[in-house]
Amino acid sequence: MSTIHAEEAGAAKAVPVRTAPHASMWRQSLRRLLKNKLAMLGFAVVAFMFAACFIGPLFSPYTDNKINMAVMNNAPSLKHWLGTDALGRDVLARVLLAGRISLTVGLASMVLSVFVGTLLGVIAGYYRGVVDQLVMRLADLLLTIPSLPLLFIFGALLSEWKVPTDYRMYIVMLMLSIVGWPGLARMVRGQMLSLREREYMQATVVLGLRDRRKLFNHLLPNLVPLIIVIATFNIGGAILSESVLSYFGLGVMAPTPTWGNMIDAANNMIDFQDHPWLWIPPGFSIFATVIAINIFGDGLRDVLDPKQKR
Amino acid sequence: MSTYITKRILYMIIILFAASFLIFCLYALTPGDFITGNIKLTPERKAELREIYGLNKPVIERYWTWMKNAFHGDFGYSLAQQKPVLTLFNQYIWNSFLLAIISTFLTWFIAVVVGVFVAYKQYSWIDTFVMLFLFAAMSIPSFFIGLFLIKILAVDWKWLPPGGMLTTGSNATGLAYVKEVIHHMTLPVIVMTLLGVGSLTRYFRSNMIDVIKQDYIRTARAKGLKERKVLFTHALRNALLPAITLVGFELPALFGGSLIIEKIFNWPGIGQLYMQSFTLRDYPLLMGFTMFIAILTVIGTLLSDILYRVADPRVRL
Repeated sequence: MSTIHAEEAGAAKAVPVRTAPHASMWRQSLRRLLKNKLAMLGFAVVAFMFAACFIGPLFSPYTDNKINMAVMNNAPSLKHWLGTDALGRDVLARVLLAGRISLTVGLASMVLSVFVGTLLGVIAGYYRGVVDQLVMRLADLLLTIPSLPLLFIFGALLSEWKVPTDYRMYIVMLMLSIVGWPGLARMVRGQMLSLREREYMQATVVLGLRDRRKLFNHLLPNLVPLIIVIATFNIGGAILSESVLSYFGLGVMAPTPTWGNMIDAANNMIDFQDHPWLWIPPGFSIFATVIAINIFGDGLRDVLDPKQKR
Repeated sequence: MSTYITKRILYMIIILFAASFLIFCLYALTPGDFITGNIKLTPERKAELREIYGLNKPVIERYWTWMKNAFHGDFGYSLAQQKPVLTLFNQYIWNSFLLAIISTFLTWFIAVVVGVFVAYKQYSWIDTFVMLFLFAAMSIPSFFIGLFLIKILAVDWKWLPPGGMLTTGSNATGLAYVKEVIHHMTLPVIVMTLLGVGSLTRYFRSNMIDVIKQDYIRTARAKGLKERKVLFTHALRNALLPAITLVGFELPALFGGSLIIEKIFNWPGIGQLYMQSFTLRDYPLLMGFTMFIAILTVIGTLLSDILYRVADPRVRL
């Protein structure tokens, strides 16, 4: 707290009381985050991965996925930085295009599971009683069933039902959020149970505030830091889960490339031994992205939610 | 306490019932069974087999039969292997356990030693370095690191065997057998330890940091005790205690095997058995396995909660 300069404290007093402490908390956090070199490095890597995957292919001459038998299985060279695959497609361009899908699936399933988890967790923790029982028993049930077999069954169902490969990506997002929300709901509920007993919540009761105002103006803002931190780690987890599923052919499937299903090349003995450029780059992309997200998330937690440090 | 445990066990049973029904429905819902997939059979034979295995009956009835038998200790009959599911489990589970117990032991050992050391050196360059390594360990896709190490250590450098538990066609016995198994399990154990060590070391590090700040540590130092004694006798004991709650959570991992690692390293464990049966849609086995993990998870959670109270008597259950 010593980082607040005297003049800032003075300025904060001049602004209307209701907004000032709020704004300065976020600004303080941002300033501390910017000072954390490791976290900023993580952020830079994530930003780079996103930029490379979404903008990079625009500068590549090989993004049309055209089959070119003249350059089959070429090793990395100046012309094809990461070599070419069995159909003569440029591996670098494919890794970047795959990154678009993997990152999108990671982000989207995070948004979905955070939304559902927070909503249900807040409702359960705030209203308690029957609603709480219902939501938490459902969460318990889903947490009891091991998630990997569950995801495998879903994946097999998709294949049997002949879901078009274009749609699989969206259903994979849904699948990941189905197994993702219960843990989150449980955590949010726990936090809610502790927050609603605080003095400032008793004050809102005394003031006779309506439920909606209590929830949105007083409880949610205090949950947001925790949710941001969990959400960040969640993206990394979702990217990992997607890659496992796609690697085993139960997630997003070819011809839509993802980092996971590109590593599938390693299941072929010849590609595994002699063409490592087919499956090592996507693996390292997953690794680099997830580690960067985790480091950034840890920095965020230090700043936003120091009590949760584990 | 005892009423609490009774209540918990009752709740556990209800949850397991619900889980078993959900699991059964999901597997029953998956179209295509073991018999459809077999192209060698004539349509008449297929219908006959379905009749024998009861696959043509409604889902509820099948679930009922399955549950009834499960209560008699009969978890069904593997269609692909023509053996009772429990016999198969018994056959494969110990290979999984061998892998899991050694890597769990290594993980905990490394986590405690490194965690204590890094906590003592908090904010030094070595702390940052170790933390970076731990983050890396937590972020590796397990199947990829497995493939990568096989490629480097087994295929390119030929230091270690790429997979399996024994060399193909080997009939070694006694000490030679043990040596061969150890040789084969080195790679999977390395990978499993690597994957587990990240979060656990961070856990011990932060526990230790909390403990070091306590007044009784200051007192111990003020008494003039040696730093080694302060750290390993006074601090470590208190930092380790909360970790016994984690023991319960290890339960599913210890006996449930690892689907991914066993598949990648072709280790004849229960996870590998599951992956094989999955392609064949050998549903009694798949259900048995999923249920088995669910039971372990529930028991593990209960165990953790009870141990939590043992560790900290102030906690009211």
